[in-house]
Amino acid sequence: MAWAHQDKTAIVGVGATDYYVRGKSWPRTINDMAGEAIMNACADAGISVKDIDGFAYYSTAGAGYVDKFDTALLMETLGMPHVSFSATLTSGGGGSVGAIGLATAGLMNEDCKYAVTVMSLQQLPQHRLGKVFGAAAPNPENSFLQPSGLVGPGHLMAILARRHMHLYGTTQDAFGEIVMATRANTHNRPKAVRKAPLSKEEYEASVMLADPLRRLDFCLETDGAVAVITTTMDRAKDCRHKPAVVHACAHGGQREWGRAFGWMGMPDPYFASAGHKFVADRVWAQSGLKAKDMDVALLYDHFSPMVLMQLEEYGFCEKGEGNDYVLAGKVRYDAATRGGVNGGTPVNTHGGNLNEAYIIGMTHVVEAVEQVRGTAINQVADCEFALASGGPAALPTSSLILRSA
Amino acid sequence: MSSKTAYGPARVLPGEQIRISTNPDTEPYWDAAKEHRLTACQCADCGRFRMPPSAYCPECSSKAKNWPTLPGTGTVFSYVVCNKNPANGEDYIYVPAVIDLDGAPGARVNANITGCDAEDVHIGMKVTVEWTPIQDGWVLPNFRKA
Repeated sequence: MAWAHQDKTAIVGVGATDYYVRGKSWPRTINDMAGEAIMNACADAGISVKDIDGFAYYSTAGAGYVDKFDTALLMETLGMPHVSFSATLTSGGGGSVGAIGLATAGLMNEDCKYAVTVMSLQQLPQHRLGKVFGAAAPNPENSFLQPSGLVGPGHLMAILARRHMHLYGTTQDAFGEIVMATRANTHNRPKAVRKAPLSKEEYEASVMLADPLRRLDFCLETDGAVAVITTTMDRAKDCRHKPAVVHACAHGGQREWGRAFGWMGMPDPYFASAGHKFVADRVWAQSGLKAKDMDVALLYDHFSPMVLMQLEEYGFCEKGEGNDYVLAGKVRYDAATRGGVNGGTPVNTHGGNLNEAYIIGMTHVVEAVEQVRGTAINQVADCEFALASGGPAALPTSSLILRSA
Repeated sequence: MSSKTAYGPARVLPGEQIRISTNPDTEPYWDAAKEHRLTACQCADCGRFRMPPSAYCPECSSKAKNWPTLPGTGTVFSYVVCNKNPANGEDYIYVPAVIDLDGAPGARVNANITGCDAEDVHIGMKVTVEWTPIQDGWVLPNFRKA
């Protein structure tokens, strides 16, 4: 059944700071960067920052899991007269695109008129995401994980990838192809952190950090902020750009995924997955669409194997066929035709977390907006539907379909 | 492209760098480990196993728990080969693995594998528990190639 709020809201503004290599944004602060992203998003939308009256976050309003956002501080420093919606999805980056659904909830409940979703990330030496699990003090839950030396997200993701390789014959070549294919989309992006084309030899020379994963299978560590403004369709028509219509949005997950790689109890086939099956099924049910209907897929890529597993869960290919799908070149973007390769759907035309910047999934939302506006740097021709995803992480993961107005 | 790097012996991480904490739901597991007895949390009503131990049985919502003595053997479900000691960044070959525990269907523990070269660890490998003293008098189950 179609979603009751289908096409009722739209993303009307996107804004970002520069992207900095981890730790290089200092002496800026997370609130400085958040403010710039919000003001840039408002300018893009053609509204005043003082029109913002809603905040819809994810990651428990955490900036890199250590710092926290605070609506009170942001509205005070940005001069918003009042706030009538302030909420966050729980857990971590898995909720990134789901925050647009949260914004929609606030808007459709008439709690607010313009909702901002913002992520500002700054990894100072004491705040490094890659070490967050290891640096955490032992608690009764992580005492079943940390003592084994599983201290970084890459260690955890490698265990899921290894199981996928075992069950389906998936190869490291496919992981490398995902990195190379999406790297090919950044050479013309001024803000991208990694712009140089990547050869197979360079990929294979990348140091093995958590076998079977190499350094280049890990996403970037980036400082910076991204904000997007969501509003109702009637207001969206008065904004500067063509609305990026919120066509479907879901967050959540099933018990078999649960705490995921913070738990490792997932039964097959959920273990060797990206934990997206539940939200994928929901957005397809909400929209009546299928993977084949998507013109572009912006898939959360903190680790390259998780792109392959999402391709399977969203139905771009069958479960277990991700390796062959990827190696057939089907995640690539062909600039000459402004479309996919070999019948595939272009993935991460912005370069993704692996190559452009890692602002915990927000750059995927920006790219989805620019694609359905028709203003993307690597524009897909006649882009009507863009899929964006958040996670895998501990539940919730999330999924968003934007439609061209 | 093969991942058969020659890593050499898989080592258990030094116990003196490892700390845990417990709560009333998890402490019986760690108390058993102190006695070199591998257990897992079992629902005392429906018999289902769950790990880590938690307040409720997700199958029947019971809070009653059994802590049966397991055979101490298991099977590697998945694993990763790591090469730096997380405590100090020094070169150190260790293999964190997810172990399916014999005698406790559905219960898994995450532990280091030893007793073989890291590159020889594989999914389906049979392992046997061995015990690593850690900080504060606790004892950690790790596993040796059977």
